[in-house]
Amino acid sequence: MARTNIIPFGPQHPVLPEPIHFDLITEDEKVVDAIPSISFVHRGLEKLVEKRDFIDYAYVADRICGLCSFMHSMGYCQAVEEIMGLEVPERCTYLRVIWAELGRLHSHIFWLGVAADAFGFESLFMQALRVRERVLDIIEVTTGGRVIFGMNKVGGVKRDMSDETLKTMAKQLISMEKDLHELTDVFINDYSIKHRLVGVGYISREDAYRLGCVGPMLRASGHASDMRKIGYAAYKNLDLEPMVETAGDCYARCLVRIREIFQSIDLIRQAAGKIPEGPFDVNVKGTPDGEYFSRIEQPRGEVIHYVKANGTKYLQRFRVRTPTFSNIPAMIIALKGSQVADVPNIILTLDPCISCTER
Amino acid sequence: MSEPQEIIPIEKDALLGAVADLYAQGYRMVQIGCTTLENAYELNYSFDKDYHFKNLRVTANREDEIQSISVIYPNAFLYENEIHDLFGIKIKNMSVDYKGTFYRTTITTPFSIENLPKPKPPKQPKNVLKQPSHDSKQQAEVQTPQKESKE
Repeated sequence: MARTNIIPFGPQHPVLPEPIHFDLITEDEKVVDAIPSISFVHRGLEKLVEKRDFIDYAYVADRICGLCSFMHSMGYCQAVEEIMGLEVPERCTYLRVIWAELGRLHSHIFWLGVAADAFGFESLFMQALRVRERVLDIIEVTTGGRVIFGMNKVGGVKRDMSDETLKTMAKQLISMEKDLHELTDVFINDYSIKHRLVGVGYISREDAYRLGCVGPMLRASGHASDMRKIGYAAYKNLDLEPMVETAGDCYARCLVRIREIFQSIDLIRQAAGKIPEGPFDVNVKGTPDGEYFSRIEQPRGEVIHYVKANGTKYLQRFRVRTPTFSNIPAMIIALKGSQVADVPNIILTLDPCISCTER
Repeated sequence: MSEPQEIIPIEKDALLGAVADLYAQGYRMVQIGCTTLENAYELNYSFDKDYHFKNLRVTANREDEIQSISVIYPNAFLYENEIHDLFGIKIKNMSVDYKGTFYRTTITTPFSIENLPKPKPPKQPKNVLKQPSHDSKQQAEVQTPQKESKE
């Protein structure tokens, strides 16, 4: 007869860069249930709208997370601009797309590295971070920061990109693409990686939808759902199709992210080619009065920035529903029935971002 | 581009029926959010189907008990525990109830009506000098306790 145990997993664990805890209920080596716990580093940034006015808060929104920095401030600014009826210049919408895709690019490459580290494939981890460094260099040249972009403000962006910078960036992305193909070929074809990921952490198409999965987790289970299709910023003018896999396992989630890396490069190239001349911000007058749910696609999936304003300079409510928070119920399903040795890989292929979750 | 967003106000007793209806239509539950009003709470239940964004809005008083929708959407338990811990709203029949331990906060229910920031009094111009008080009785009352304390 199998012996039932409760194994605490996290909040400190070698494969977890950030704290999340699971009580794994096991029968011998098989996980039969998992109970998640969060809130080890909750910061209460939503409460800060009571002390920072709506212009200053863009600075705070940028710092909700490192890997998704740009898209948090972008979602926040879009919501406030929508409430105030501000029409941002078209050049700004293209610049936002370029920076958002650079953010997705470095986040996905970083995930590949961390995943490789979890397999015990350290040379691949270093190779991934070496390639990511080149993306960070582009971010540094265009924004001045390497992780926190600090480029969004209510009414536009803070900096422009010259034509020369855009051309240089396009050239750098071509050479980077070659390196990325070398890197991702290992993930796609390596026997030991496939052995660890194929058929592990399965989430069915129905469960992924019913449990509110978002992002690569939803797309890896066969749903073509990508918030960029709504057409916010300049995405409405770019060719974009969601990257979909149907297997629903760890390997499928890995493949979706790899294909999205190349999609991001393509989108940056498209945006750099179509960006119009003109101003990149508008003056902001008055205070917001109203509410809006801004929905955008982060590297980990759909994020909601809800803003409610009452005509004063302080917002009444700001809420962020982060993709990782939405993916937690599916994590439990993916862990059920798995082997204890596979738990780190399963959790990593869900790409949890606890910094976002503990906003 | 502005995304069309629908907000439907409903009574709290009609919540389960409305959510079950959306589930039957194939909507995905996106989130449950809460906003503190002056004397009530506003709960937004957001759903999506083929990029069509729909919200059910329930307004609850501080004593009201809200029925959990985790029986229909299993992922709702996270949002409901969050609302319970941060706002102090009672939610009954949650599929997984953390009993107030989902969020570890230094103050209980930080977003509740009781913890809502009170409006500040209007600022006085800096140049206005304080008028000396001519009420001798008031001055005496202020000075008396000081003397007593020295003694």
